[in-house]
Amino acid sequence: MTDQDNTEINVTHLARLGRLAIPSSSHASTAQELQNIIAMIDAMQSVDTDGIEPLSHPLDSEQLLRADVVSETDSREAFQNNAPKTEDGYYLVPRVVD
Amino acid sequence: MSAGLEAGTYTSVELTNAHLDDIEQRNTQSNSFITIAREHALAQAKAADAQRANGDATPLTGIPIAHKDIFCTEGLLTTCGSKMLSNFSAPYNSTMVERLNAAGIVTVGKTNMDEFAMGSSNENSFFGPVTNPWDRSKVPGGSSGGSAAAVADGLVACATGTDTGGSIRQPAAFCGITGLKPTYGRISRYGMIAFASSLDQAGPMTRTAEDAGLMLSYMSGFDPRDSTSANREDDWLKAIAHNGIPKLDRPLTIGLPKEYFADLANADVIAAAQAELAKNGHTFKEVSLPHTQAAIPTYYVLASAEASTNLSRYDGVRYGHRCENPTSLQDLYERSRSEGFGEEVKRRILTGTYTLSVGYFDAYYIKAQKIRRLISNDFNKVFEEVDLLMTPTSPTPAFGLNEHAQDPVAMYQQDLYTVPTSLAGLPALSMPCGFVNNLPIGMQLIGPAFREDTILSVAAQFQQITDWHQRHPGETA
Repeated sequence: MTDQDNTEINVTHLARLGRLAIPSSSHASTAQELQNIIAMIDAMQSVDTDGIEPLSHPLDSEQLLRADVVSETDSREAFQNNAPKTEDGYYLVPRVVD
Repeated sequence: MSAGLEAGTYTSVELTNAHLDDIEQRNTQSNSFITIAREHALAQAKAADAQRANGDATPLTGIPIAHKDIFCTEGLLTTCGSKMLSNFSAPYNSTMVERLNAAGIVTVGKTNMDEFAMGSSNENSFFGPVTNPWDRSKVPGGSSGGSAAAVADGLVACATGTDTGGSIRQPAAFCGITGLKPTYGRISRYGMIAFASSLDQAGPMTRTAEDAGLMLSYMSGFDPRDSTSANREDDWLKAIAHNGIPKLDRPLTIGLPKEYFADLANADVIAAAQAELAKNGHTFKEVSLPHTQAAIPTYYVLASAEASTNLSRYDGVRYGHRCENPTSLQDLYERSRSEGFGEEVKRRILTGTYTLSVGYFDAYYIKAQKIRRLISNDFNKVFEEVDLLMTPTSPTPAFGLNEHAQDPVAMYQQDLYTVPTSLAGLPALSMPCGFVNNLPIGMQLIGPAFREDTILSVAAQFQQITDWHQRHPGETA
């Protein structure tokens, strides 16, 4: 197999994880683009973050919880109107198990 | 417009028809609309006229507006600027759309945008780029470029937008209009297609601060269907519909963060705007936000990571684009996504996948979250000394179509002055404050969390003594 990926960024692996089909002819250019972005991102490594807690919600708010009761009505038909392929209320995909 | 409807000078149906004719005629020039919703709009206009006849009118009843095509609108396409969703008809309204509908607003169409709100130029739309009304060879900014151009072109008086890292403010600046990104959580994200959930926030794009305040008062409010919705009772916000934006009762101390003024091409314009504000008695103080330079890398780690996760839902199974003749489930996923997403979206998915993958998570995602706290702390600290911050919205005026399209990293730098506020979840507004080479320049006002009232008050004051917001493309600047 001729894998054009450079050592740092394995496009085949990333594409697989992200469920994207990237033709091998553009692996090298994709790796280069990502390399440039990662280089830009790596500028943040110089910031001293010792003893700092990560911030996940911008205002540090608590996650809201709601009562564990049904709040939605059955809208299967409305939702399935947007589905590419359905049958008898099911979403159809290619055969998974032979 | 609201006064004309109230006085009976015209009906909403007449007003809406006039808007639709204008949009249909002039949209070819700007490409700011993806969908023009004639039938839908006229039905809403008819209902608005009935609402007025019943004596139930709000100041927004019967006013034609446009929604960014990221908000789910029942009965209309919601494409998010993507081939992936080019045939997607939302089965429900977003909470924000629902609230504006209840106020009697008329939706004349859905506006163009960078695909999944990823971009600063509106060149990443599956439906083609939008042009800047001030110079058709320039970009309108992004990602809410269609909304900004539609307001600047006078096709609608108000439009909605979303801002993840500057997507309301930067296009507002490039197109010479007023755009407000409210505090994170102010407006419900329910039914707003997700890009980066810890940053995404909807907001109004209008000509004046008064209109932005009015729109905000109807768009916002607690929503149990959005787990990050802020549960607040702000009296000033409720009072806007009747009393307008609150008046300032004292002069303010406005901070000028020195990191935002380095190498500024439009420094003269910003200095002149500062002089105007000083006429109202406000004083200025130089302050420092020391982690500003780290904001862009931090933002791209967090936003791409959240995007790669949020966009995993597009699998070609339940909705959205599906490839032809898939040979297996994997093939279905991979080809549907690769055909449905554009280049920038794929780039961000890969970036997010990289930073979230085993071995890199702490070095990138957690590190970025820590810097996010430092950036937020910077703002909290300066707001102990000053009431507001004033900065340029963008390092440059509108740039040319294709100028940065081949260099994503250069494009990302466009967001330098808008991204820090997004990371800190703070409210910020951009409004026009002058011109350079006949292109509008935006001034940004940043406030503490949930103090949109202060921002809007200062903006309204500025717009009373200046007329930059009333300039129209085509007139000599």
